[in-house]
Amino acid sequence: MTTSHLPSPDLAIRVAGLRMAYGPHEAVRGIDLAVRRGEVFALLGPNGAGKTTTVEILEGHRSRTGGTVEVLGHDPARHERAYKERIGIVLQSTGIDRYLTVGEAVDMFRGYYPHPRPREEVLALVGLEAQRDERVRRLSGGQQRRLNVAIGLAGDPDLMFLDEPTTGFDPAARRQAWEMIRNLRSTGTTVFLTTHYLDEAEQLADRVAIIAGGRIIAEGSPQSLASGQTRTVIQFRMPAALCVLPVPPEVAEVADDGRVRIETAEPTRTLLALTRWAGDAGVELPNLTVSRATLEDIYLQLVDASEAVGAAE
Amino acid sequence: MVLRQIRYEWVAFWRNPAAAFFTFVFPLLFLVIFNMVFGNAEISVPGGTARASTFYVPAIAAMSIVNACFTSLAMSVTISRDAGVLKRVRGTPLPPWAYLTARIGLVTLVALLLITIVVSLGALAYGVSVPTHTMPAFILTVLVSAATCSALGLAVTALVPNTDAAPPVVNGIALPLLFISDIFVRAERVPPWVNRLADVFPLSHISEALQTAFNPFEVGSGFEWTHLAVIAAWGVVGMLLALRFFTWEPRQ
Repeated sequence: MTTSHLPSPDLAIRVAGLRMAYGPHEAVRGIDLAVRRGEVFALLGPNGAGKTTTVEILEGHRSRTGGTVEVLGHDPARHERAYKERIGIVLQSTGIDRYLTVGEAVDMFRGYYPHPRPREEVLALVGLEAQRDERVRRLSGGQQRRLNVAIGLAGDPDLMFLDEPTTGFDPAARRQAWEMIRNLRSTGTTVFLTTHYLDEAEQLADRVAIIAGGRIIAEGSPQSLASGQTRTVIQFRMPAALCVLPVPPEVAEVADDGRVRIETAEPTRTLLALTRWAGDAGVELPNLTVSRATLEDIYLQLVDASEAVGAAE
Repeated sequence: MVLRQIRYEWVAFWRNPAAAFFTFVFPLLFLVIFNMVFGNAEISVPGGTARASTFYVPAIAAMSIVNACFTSLAMSVTISRDAGVLKRVRGTPLPPWAYLTARIGLVTLVALLLITIVVSLGALAYGVSVPTHTMPAFILTVLVSAATCSALGLAVTALVPNTDAAPPVVNGIALPLLFISDIFVRAERVPPWVNRLADVFPLSHISEALQTAFNPFEVGSGFEWTHLAVIAAWGVVGMLLALRFFTWEPRQ
């Protein structure tokens, strides 16, 4: 929330108290977002968290039931042409006429914008130069998704929306897509992406907001989200020789297979207690690892906690 | 803007051989079959008698308009809607009205081409004389009818839950009307109540207005203002329904 004080010109997106209800079901329950110009912002969350609803409200595809939304100085709900000239949208579905060629499709969409990006530049950004004269229907799945991004780039947008850009990709295709998004960022384009892949947000985003149950439950840079969590994870396997000694209080639980996992905010003190204990017995602690809680641990914790709250309501 | 879009739609239309083929083949097939079977029968028309071919050419012209502007438009727009094409366009600066106008423009061009073939075939193969002094009335009727069928075609997409359901829903509306509306079967050969039912809908008015233009005994300019008024009224109804119920989002 450190960005909400920024003056409007520095922000590409400013959202306050956004709500969207489908009948009695509230998919988005009052979220605030601020996205700076030129940054890659990821809205991260599990399926059904409200990601697509949020991004479609920002794109102008959906109305909202409450809150204020300002994107590039426009309210998307007004369907202004001037707004659509400045954004690029990549939906989950392709939605391109299957009987046109790649080059024709890009040209057709370029023609809708006042200052389109040159066709060859668009094709080069997504690596489809060789498919220029291929019919859209003959492209592979991965190529169609790349064309999908190409169409979003055709108008040389200031702001690009990518809704789950790599869902269903194989690992190599994901790396390519990530490279493409980094290229976009380097051209100064603001990127707003939704994803349920944590590593995607970690790799690409300058800032991440985690959404669950229609609420933003954490926001910040991937590093700050991880470091906000000061806990360290210590893991080892309980050697048989130690079982005869009284277990130190730090070991709360031993799994059936002998694994021990301790989360602690005082790793040094805990480790000292453990090593003294093992040293007194003269045994090694097999498979001993000490690691910082990863963004994934934090993400799962946050999402679980929010679901528990949601279930209690 | 609209013309540019029509050009892309035109290119894509001809690259989908199945859709293009059926849009053209059905009316031409019916023209040939009906003329083969009934073409030389004498029928009574206002002012005298004529060969049945004189009836089938304008009747199949009416069918051509329905086929291109209603059936083909409704089906292709449903496919576009469910494939996300409409949603995609909606996210661009191209105004929605410009896009839909281009889709209507495409099917109107297809209908005009089809009618040109039907009339030429009628003249060359079946000796049907092409209207001269009633030509303006014929063209006006074709254009008004194309607009009405297109508006109804867009409106009917709201009734179609998904792409698979498009052919049964759209044909389920168009085919019965083609049978009762003085196109496949002459109006005088069906019970009067069927004619009265058919007169509620625009198609019999389209067929009859086009027939007037082809009637060799027609001495006036052939404008059937009453028929045109009914056709146009249905166009307005179709447009209002489309404005109210047309959706750009894919449906599951």
